[in-house]
Amino acid sequence: MEDFIVAAVKTVIAFALLFTVVLLLVWIERRIVAFMQNRLGPTRAGPLGILQTLADGMKLLFKESMTPDRVEVWLYLAAPIMALVPAVLIFLVVPIGAPITIGGTEYTLQVTDLNVGVLYVLAMSSMAVYAIALAGWSSGSKYPLLGSVRSAAQMISYEAAMGLALVPVIMFNGTTSLAGIVEAQGATYFGFLPAWNIVLLPSFVVFVIAMFAETNRAPFDLVEAEQEIVGGFHTEYSGFRFALFFLAEYINLFNMSALTVVFFLGGWQGPVFGPTVLQWILPVIYFFAKTFAIVFLFIWVRGTLPRMRYDQLMGFGWKRLIPVSLAWIILAMIAVGIRRFGLPWA
Amino acid sequence: MSDEYRAMMHRSEVAVSVELQTQDMTLNIGPQHPSTHGVLRLVAQVDGERITSVEPVIGYMHRGYEKLAEVRSYAQMTALVNRIDWVSGFASEVPFIVAVEKLMGIEAPERAQWIRLILTELFRISSHMVFTSSYPLELGATTPLFHVLRERERVLELIEGMTGGRFHPNFNRVGGIKPAAGGGKTQKKVSMDIPEGWLDATRATMERVMLSTHQSDTLVTGNELFKARTVGVGVIPGDKAVEYGLSGPNLRASGVAYDLRKHEYHLPYDQVDFDVISAPGGDCYDRYWVRLQEIRESVKIVLQAIDKIPDGPLRAKAPRVLKVPKGQIYVRGENPKGEFGYYLISEGGQKPYRLKIRSTSFSNLSILPWVLKGALVPDLVAVMGSLDFVLGDVDR
Repeated sequence: MEDFIVAAVKTVIAFALLFTVVLLLVWIERRIVAFMQNRLGPTRAGPLGILQTLADGMKLLFKESMTPDRVEVWLYLAAPIMALVPAVLIFLVVPIGAPITIGGTEYTLQVTDLNVGVLYVLAMSSMAVYAIALAGWSSGSKYPLLGSVRSAAQMISYEAAMGLALVPVIMFNGTTSLAGIVEAQGATYFGFLPAWNIVLLPSFVVFVIAMFAETNRAPFDLVEAEQEIVGGFHTEYSGFRFALFFLAEYINLFNMSALTVVFFLGGWQGPVFGPTVLQWILPVIYFFAKTFAIVFLFIWVRGTLPRMRYDQLMGFGWKRLIPVSLAWIILAMIAVGIRRFGLPWA
Repeated sequence: MSDEYRAMMHRSEVAVSVELQTQDMTLNIGPQHPSTHGVLRLVAQVDGERITSVEPVIGYMHRGYEKLAEVRSYAQMTALVNRIDWVSGFASEVPFIVAVEKLMGIEAPERAQWIRLILTELFRISSHMVFTSSYPLELGATTPLFHVLRERERVLELIEGMTGGRFHPNFNRVGGIKPAAGGGKTQKKVSMDIPEGWLDATRATMERVMLSTHQSDTLVTGNELFKARTVGVGVIPGDKAVEYGLSGPNLRASGVAYDLRKHEYHLPYDQVDFDVISAPGGDCYDRYWVRLQEIRESVKIVLQAIDKIPDGPLRAKAPRVLKVPKGQIYVRGENPKGEFGYYLISEGGQKPYRLKIRSTSFSNLSILPWVLKGALVPDLVAVMGSLDFVLGDVDR
């Protein structure tokens, strides 16, 4: 019973946290991009415009959700939900801080620690493609159809690169649990260098690039390339249904940044000191600081680069990223083998 | 292998090949579409994302200027002609006024001609800056838009300071130019001339424009993704460009270094030193690059013109009521987008008998079906943007 209550409380907190962070995230992105472009961005709603996202959300909530004539109604209605649910579910396995001990019981700062965490994450992030493909197809319109075909091709090919980029991580840390991976990165090299998986640099680079494609962000935002296919898969969506897609996109952005931190940047690891409460809080701060650094990378790239073309994107995925990942896996395999069994001639 | 099996295999193969026959989809791009520059409609046959044929449908913005000209007096027409291509209003005013002047046998005084030249070049800068800012946007990069348009605003301020209008100066008068902005009746003598401090402000602004082109260079020109999207895309060879009547930067980007400012000019272009920019590739990248370089050349021209501008009257003597003698004339000039011409027929009297407008964008647009055959949908946007047409100019 106690487990159940703990799980329920954690779920509620995680849910609330995720949505708060996303509200902030949209505002942060709009402000930062605005500053890069000599603008101010939203400044009116709340102090520094921080409530802008909330205001937008309310507006979309009260807007009419139009259903065009030629849609496949059930799929059309289900698609936004299918986009949002996997996005939220990914966050459940992300450890956002060091485990804390209250009254002899240890509580982990993640909703659940799956021993197949990495697989679960990959599975959930591939679910997003269904939402987009179905949304585009069920809209019964041509631009959304083009968008959904693009997204299916793009996400499937980059899913492969992303999975392959994680293989060396799993080999190095010897676990597929996200908490385990973060724990393993707590070690140090030579006594002072943190043993973050960023030493697996090719993996890190491939993962980050695949991540841009996976979240449909610039420069890989072909799925909703406004100048080409108008709104892409969400052209026919309005009101709160559109808001759900929008929300899912930003939750994914945050999730992917958090996962990069977990897999490569040591998760919540960092120097911890001071009283117990500070020791609980510091890791959480480290985690969010690192995550927002990655988020900033996302925003920076969006403010800088033009969009890639569909065929170039596919070529880049299959001809560059996947071979690089495969070659790197072999190298990493040899390195892990040497570390475990020693040099073959020794 | 039994015959029955072979027949079955054959059947299944036939079934598969029938299944794989796909139908082309008709994709209506525009007239309401984010990147058709207004109200162009393209009816494209697409096989997946590959375009098999495309047909532009124009006329959504037809305002009947050629017909309007027949019921408007010459003085009223100057207000209309700068609305044909609104991004470079002044540049399309000049050939019309020159046509009228030539028919009437009037020549504008030198100072007025130099001011016309400076303003034409300022409009060229402004027009090309609209291109260099919005073209990356069409490829998905949002930031250059803001950086370049900020500097363009300074150029527009200059134009406003001189003419009182930002887009539609309506500044030319037969025989010279209008009194500059800011002067009332009492100040007429003072305000007839360039506003005080305007030349210095122009010098300062030109520096900022140069800085802005440098910014474009660092942010866009060398960008790998930008190159990937534009190099080798929408290639128009020189002979095709001539065949389709392309002109201006689009023609020069195809390796034909033809600039009316060197060949047939009504303003003192022979007294300023500038290069005709051309590039051999004929692809989208070259069209972008040529325009970026032309901004620099125009800055050069403006700076020289500021130094060379002579003193003197601004208007030749012209009758209050313009009556143009019988005759016909074709006058063309180098608009920022290319060759812009007017064929003016006068039967005598206060109104033109017929005014044929040879608008640049119309001819530049005509190559779209040829160049887009076999391209991808994203290329369509890249090519369309690189041709830099204004729909008001296409439909007139």
